[in-house]
Amino acid sequence: MFKKLALSAVAVFGLATGAFAAGGAGHVTDYDFSFEGPFGKFDQNQLQRGLQVYTEVCAACHGLKFVPIRTLSDEGGPHMSEDQVRAYAAQFDIYDPEKDEDVPRAPKDFFPGSSLENAPDLSLMAKARAGFHGPYGLGMNQLFKGMGGAEYIASLLTHYEEAPSCAPEDFDGYYNTTFAAGGYPEECKDENGKPKYPGSWIAMAPPLDDDLVEFADGHAADVKHMAQDVSAFLMWTAEPKMMARKQAGFVGVLFLTILSVLLYLTNKRIWAPHKRKH
Amino acid sequence: MAGIPHDHYEPKSGGEKWLHSRLPVVGLLYDTLMIPTPKNLNWMWIWGIVLTFCLALQIVTGIVLAMHYTPHVDNAFASVEHIMRNVNGGAMLRYIHMNGASLFFIAVYAHIFRGLYYGSYKAPREITWIIGMLIYLMMMGTAFMGYVLPWGQMSFWGATVITGLFGAIPFVGEALQTWLLGGPAVDNATLNRFFSLHYLLPFVIAGLVIVHIWAFHTTGNNNPTGVEVRRGSKEEAEKDTLPFWPYFVIKDLFALAVILVVFFAIVGYMPNYLGHPDNYIEANPLSTPAHIVPEWYFLPFYAILRAFTSDVWVVIIAETLTGGIIDAKFFGVLAMFGAIAVMALAPWLDTSSVRSGRYRPMFKWWFALLVVDFFALMWLGAMPAEEPYATLSLIASAYWFAYFLVVLPMLGVIEKPDAPPATIEDDFNAHYGGNADAGKAQQPAE
Repeated sequence: MFKKLALSAVAVFGLATGAFAAGGAGHVTDYDFSFEGPFGKFDQNQLQRGLQVYTEVCAACHGLKFVPIRTLSDEGGPHMSEDQVRAYAAQFDIYDPEKDEDVPRAPKDFFPGSSLENAPDLSLMAKARAGFHGPYGLGMNQLFKGMGGAEYIASLLTHYEEAPSCAPEDFDGYYNTTFAAGGYPEECKDENGKPKYPGSWIAMAPPLDDDLVEFADGHAADVKHMAQDVSAFLMWTAEPKMMARKQAGFVGVLFLTILSVLLYLTNKRIWAPHKRKH
Repeated sequence: MAGIPHDHYEPKSGGEKWLHSRLPVVGLLYDTLMIPTPKNLNWMWIWGIVLTFCLALQIVTGIVLAMHYTPHVDNAFASVEHIMRNVNGGAMLRYIHMNGASLFFIAVYAHIFRGLYYGSYKAPREITWIIGMLIYLMMMGTAFMGYVLPWGQMSFWGATVITGLFGAIPFVGEALQTWLLGGPAVDNATLNRFFSLHYLLPFVIAGLVIVHIWAFHTTGNNNPTGVEVRRGSKEEAEKDTLPFWPYFVIKDLFALAVILVVFFAIVGYMPNYLGHPDNYIEANPLSTPAHIVPEWYFLPFYAILRAFTSDVWVVIIAETLTGGIIDAKFFGVLAMFGAIAVMALAPWLDTSSVRSGRYRPMFKWWFALLVVDFFALMWLGAMPAEEPYATLSLIASAYWFAYFLVVLPMLGVIEKPDAPPATIEDDFNAHYGGNADAGKAQQPAE
């Protein structure tokens, strides 16, 4: 009885716990990233390209105030040389209270914060938007397809589309089929007040254009590739210790499995004299 | 100590005798570890060890996290990011602590429902049960305050909603809420006191755990048959029991190791799965999230809280009878705490003469429905407050109360229980062979 109950409980538990933020009906494409799966790793080149897109495009308005610049040289991350990191840091100024003037940043400093009032900081965006998508908000897409914030960001950047004709010409923002938290014109809702089209209107203008940046490694710089590169980079800014974490998880699982087997055998042995089978 | 007769510690060497006559601490440890334990305990009796481990894990990781955390509204969120990025092993430490809370609650719910099925709450174990309920309440308080500390959006708005519940209490509510928060709204004073209490309460829980163990070491463990250990003599008791060490320690550690495999897989590969993504946005008092949802372990009771809206007839009656003192909001608060209170009263609400659900043919089904009901409430607690979830929440909440207030008292009267085995030894032998004459009566359940 209890075993059956426990099993069904485990099944239902899996269903119930992801049940958060059923939220908007934005469309998210399941892009493939190198860091997905138990053994997935960040692609160092992709992170460096993503950093370039971030620096040349996103940083105009957004910031990364929780990310120390020195971590750009971390292994498992963009893994840039220390000279490169020092040069990179120096392009941003910071106020030095002792000298009472702006000085170039050093690797120990953080990335600058957002310079535009309503542009959110991007440090943790990939985790803050890791919506639990799927039917009834049960988190199934996240569990089985590994979908998370990186997919969301890449989708958002690539899903600016022509506004449906029901929307007024002067409606604020840009129509985006991924973004669900923005404004939505009354004209585009049905008689029950439900939106007729996916997504909503976002304040950010489409930031990417084909060949907006030129990658040093000659990688294609169309919108889709740039979006994926910068999303991978933002996944790294949000979860810089992902590699170490998966490593620790693997070691933990491995050792505890061995420990379980040993304890199982010990348990069987000590109980054997008391469990005399026929 | 009263209870099951067993061997006691005898100091042998001069040094042992010297210590024992001054502080019998070795004897206390010996009696605790060698306590006679019913030998037929099944795998649902492992959760106590898992819970003890969780408490230790949370205290140890928590103490280290507190060394790097800053309880100030301007710095709390950044200090958590500091832990995640700059502290050696900080990310693992925090993820273990975060998911450790979930493991703690999975274990406590399994432990509680085991007690409910096998009648562990019944005489003479009422005190153990009541202490357990107090521990559970304290765990909820500790977990809630801990969730506020990272100062993310859900931290802030969860704190605002939950402390708002106290504001619903008639007459004194508003003053009480202000006193709890240390001001008119959730702010720095709130964060500071929550940090202080979040550090304090686990040690209070640890104290209660000792009392909990003391209580059931006095009465002896319950077991799947609900039949008491024979305690006429030591020889008789030894037919029903085996010492806790090594038999149950090794068994429990094996179960714990298996559970930790799953735990480390979650911490390593999907540490944020059980959390809410909005908590990675720094708290902003000016921007309310679209859905404010508590952590999963509060969802069943959150569903009960929200189920009683002002158009439900019991709420209308209560409001009319009390001249509006009990409004829908306060009714919801009463229902939420009442849902735990009725559970605590189970020892006096259950009228059945048979302790274990294994020998109660009707009870089994009502109990299974309660488990389903619990998960239904958990799911409903995460759904938006609209139809059909509102009606479903009301039905599910009603069953929760009906189980304790109607089903448990009634079943004792109308149900004809099966005959439990005469002794624990019979049950054990029926399961594992042994003496030929003892094996017939019981099918090997569980």
